Amino acid sequence: MSATSDDSSDAAVHRALGLTDEEFDDIVEILGREPNHLELAMYSVMWSEHCSYKSSRVHLKRFPTEAPWVMVGPGENAGVVDVGDGIALAMRIESHNHPSAIEPYQGAATGIGGILRDIFTMGARPIALMDPLRFGPLDDARSRWIAEGVVSGVSGYGNSVGVPTIGGEVVFDETYQDNPLVNVFCAGVLPHDRLVLGQASGVGNLAVLLGSTTGRDGIGGVSVLASAGFSDDESDAAKRPSVQVGDPYEEKRLIEACLALLDAGYVVGIQDLGGAGLACATSETASRGGVGMDVYVRAVPQREEGMEPFEIMTSESQERMLAIVEPANLDDVLAICRRWEVLATVIGTVTEGGALRLLDCDGSESASDDRVVGELPAASLHESAPLYHRPLAAPADLSERRARSANALDAGDCGADLLAMLCDTTWVSSQYDHQLFLNTVEAPGGDAAVLRLKHPVTGADTGRGLAFTSDGNHRWCAVDPRTGALATVVESVMNLATVGARPVALVNCLNFGNPEHPEVMWQLSEAIDGMSEGCRFFGLPVIGGNVSLYNESRGSNIDPTPVVATLGIIDRLDSRPPGVRLVEGGRLLLLGATVPELSGSLWARNRGHREGTLPAVDLVAAADVAELVRTLVVEGLVDGAHDVSSGGIGLALAEMAVRSGVGVNCARIADHIELFAESAGRAIVCVPADRTQDVIGRAEAAGVAVTQLGAAMGDRIAVKGLLDVPLVDATDQWRDRLPVALGSGTVQG
Amino acid sequence: MGATVGVVLFPGSNCEMDVVEAVERLGATGKLLWHDDSNLGDVDAVVVPGGFAHGDYLRPGAIARFSPVMGAVATFAQDGGPVVGICNGFQVLTEAHLLPGALQKNAGLKFRCGPSRLRVETTDSVLTSAASIGDVLEIPINHFEGNYTCSAETLAELRAEDRVVVRYVDNPNGSVDDIAGVCSAGRNVVGLMPHPERASHELLGSTDGVVMLRSLLAAAGLR
Repeated sequence: MSATSDDSSDAAVHRALGLTDEEFDDIVEILGREPNHLELAMYSVMWSEHCSYKSSRVHLKRFPTEAPWVMVGPGENAGVVDVGDGIALAMRIESHNHPSAIEPYQGAATGIGGILRDIFTMGARPIALMDPLRFGPLDDARSRWIAEGVVSGVSGYGNSVGVPTIGGEVVFDETYQDNPLVNVFCAGVLPHDRLVLGQASGVGNLAVLLGSTTGRDGIGGVSVLASAGFSDDESDAAKRPSVQVGDPYEEKRLIEACLALLDAGYVVGIQDLGGAGLACATSETASRGGVGMDVYVRAVPQREEGMEPFEIMTSESQERMLAIVEPANLDDVLAICRRWEVLATVIGTVTEGGALRLLDCDGSESASDDRVVGELPAASLHESAPLYHRPLAAPADLSERRARSANALDAGDCGADLLAMLCDTTWVSSQYDHQLFLNTVEAPGGDAAVLRLKHPVTGADTGRGLAFTSDGNHRWCAVDPRTGALATVVESVMNLATVGARPVALVNCLNFGNPEHPEVMWQLSEAIDGMSEGCRFFGLPVIGGNVSLYNESRGSNIDPTPVVATLGIIDRLDSRPPGVRLVEGGRLLLLGATVPELSGSLWARNRGHREGTLPAVDLVAAADVAELVRTLVVEGLVDGAHDVSSGGIGLALAEMAVRSGVGVNCARIADHIELFAESAGRAIVCVPADRTQDVIGRAEAAGVAVTQLGAAMGDRIAVKGLLDVPLVDATDQWRDRLPVALGSGTVQG
Repeated sequence: MGATVGVVLFPGSNCEMDVVEAVERLGATGKLLWHDDSNLGDVDAVVVPGGFAHGDYLRPGAIARFSPVMGAVATFAQDGGPVVGICNGFQVLTEAHLLPGALQKNAGLKFRCGPSRLRVETTDSVLTSAASIGDVLEIPINHFEGNYTCSAETLAELRAEDRVVVRYVDNPNGSVDDIAGVCSAGRNVVGLMPHPERASHELLGSTDGVVMLRSLLAAAGLR
């Protein structure tokens, strides 16, 4: 029977659950019968955009994912790379955009909880979080409410769970009004031999549910929230019960218990429960292991009475893990969990074949067939998920748009334009514990965070460092998603270079609008191609990613916002990197050539201009600049280093000045275009006067364009012929912007 | 040298290994003390570290004070043993009445993590014996409930008995009389909100915490 022509109540159910008629027909074909309500609920969450990547999967295959140091690539809970000394690093990025729009504090908090589980499920101890955050404009009250709530949520959960938040981004722009982007990145370290994958094996082994009880919170979170846009306030408010509530204390104990179980070797496989809850964890572990599983639905500890099997299987209650354990080890597993006060319950058994059977019993009696309330091929929830080749099309007026360059706009007052760009994010980062574990060498606010690399078990200092940066630029990508994404990769490589790190691996979070709009699919495809080109050039494997679609509000898609989080390694970390800093009397050198083009820049956006053509990225030149900067930093030849990106040379100089309390006196910048252009592959270094010729010689030998901009000195920010503002004014604007806008808001949580 | 420093571990603690690392860098041995254990074993000093013991649920330290280990810590303190509570550990020690006063939410009603400057007010404590009065130490803070408060009588007593150990140079949280740390009447129990262990390595930006940790190890070595 086809549902397409049938409008019976069953058909209404699948549509209400977010499944199309065609998808319903596929399920009927897989099962050879109509699914019951429980089975339908499981397919609806597992085949949601959020879980299945059904719109993006065909494009994601184009990312380069391999390198000799990659131990686990995309598709597992986290990507893993070898970082030397027997240490592996697991990392992943996720989005929690829609929950955070509805309920900012809990949306952000549970985003942290979820990403942490992805990391420690691999056997890694989480050591760092980063939060790339994007909100609507500061003059919008609701956007301020969202920003304050999200930051409180990150602070409340991240600090309490005991993982430092060492970086991220904070961006305010009208494109994110009503649809903020709350991305969250986590990295963890593990000894090579503790690496464990989320798969079940060994017929007769037990599935043990660890952590919180299961309630009715978050049922359908991935299908209701994450896979649809926003319409109006009233229906958004009605979605609030789909947002879960986080408990960082439960998570902290869960981390310790799971790592203890893994250290003891008691776990065959382990999987976190995130989106789609038990439906996802049981089917994913079984299908990865090529086995089946009997799940005793009534054995699941419940926090509410009268829960239906479909509610138990799709609940997104937080702070839960599923471990696959040999029966002989069960008592030891339970003992470790008791020590950490973590609830542990056998809820299933690994079986032969590939069937996931759901039994309405608690497993204490023999699993008789008449207790089966649902049965489906475990792999069908994943491998048979729909795969869409959605239509894509460039905007019809693309060539007209690209012809309208921002260079045609009036110059205006460069000093005032510069002051309007300055924004210190300390208001955000000071609410995060960014120092725990005694690793943090370069704190949030610099170009990249730097951590000491210690062995995860022995604590031995390797003498080397890890560097992390997260980068995204919706203004570039709105003008040209391909070149914008490519330039984003270049920016991340440059950020790593300024702290002396070489790039090693990257994960991405692709935040886009409604994939049913061909223009959005074109943006996604273009961005993937641009990012792939950059990663391929730099030899940077993409070891994981997340796609967040349906970021739209009131019929308008957000600007395409691919975000990258990149890992770098510092081969010898014996001193702190110079940082975004000036030293009085130092000479300022621009490394790399400026393409005089303002389209896509912050300057242009501040005038409402969002068209034109991005300057082409010269990858070879950018790589030469990055390598030179890295070498200069590692050899200790510079007193300050800062990449040039948003806001161009002007903002880069001003940020160095306000962070050091030292002014700048510059010349040789032709006009406002050169001052604020954002062409990729540049950095500014502050060099002691007596070393200037040496550094210029190094640049020339490396074939890098070098411009002597001027000197670090005095109490003004001055660029000859363009601007001259008191340093104190710039510092006030920079430091006070967020406290003034957000400081008096309500306090949540 | 060679002192053994017991570091209490509650569920929800998170600075315990940081304290172990910092004291071991100075030649001591760190030993974790499980919250459910009422026997400290052979330790020369006790640190109650930072974190969120029992999730800070109910109130920071309110549940942790009832842990079996705290009874043993109280006995150790009564015997004159050096005991230091850092951040959440300070909160636990006030809840356990090993130190006077209480810590309420920061005046700004925000969590604050970042550098702070402390002025050493007395060297007659197990945490400051190696410092000098008036020294200004740069030591990070990391707390939501660090706003020290006490009754007027207690404050007068703390001042009269020279028991304010460190004060903030720029009060970040509204603490009464800029108090960042206090000690017991016996001067062997000290609590402070800033984290000396986070200022114990050149790469972390400050080593000003080392003088405090050395003071503690010196006191431990006397036992």
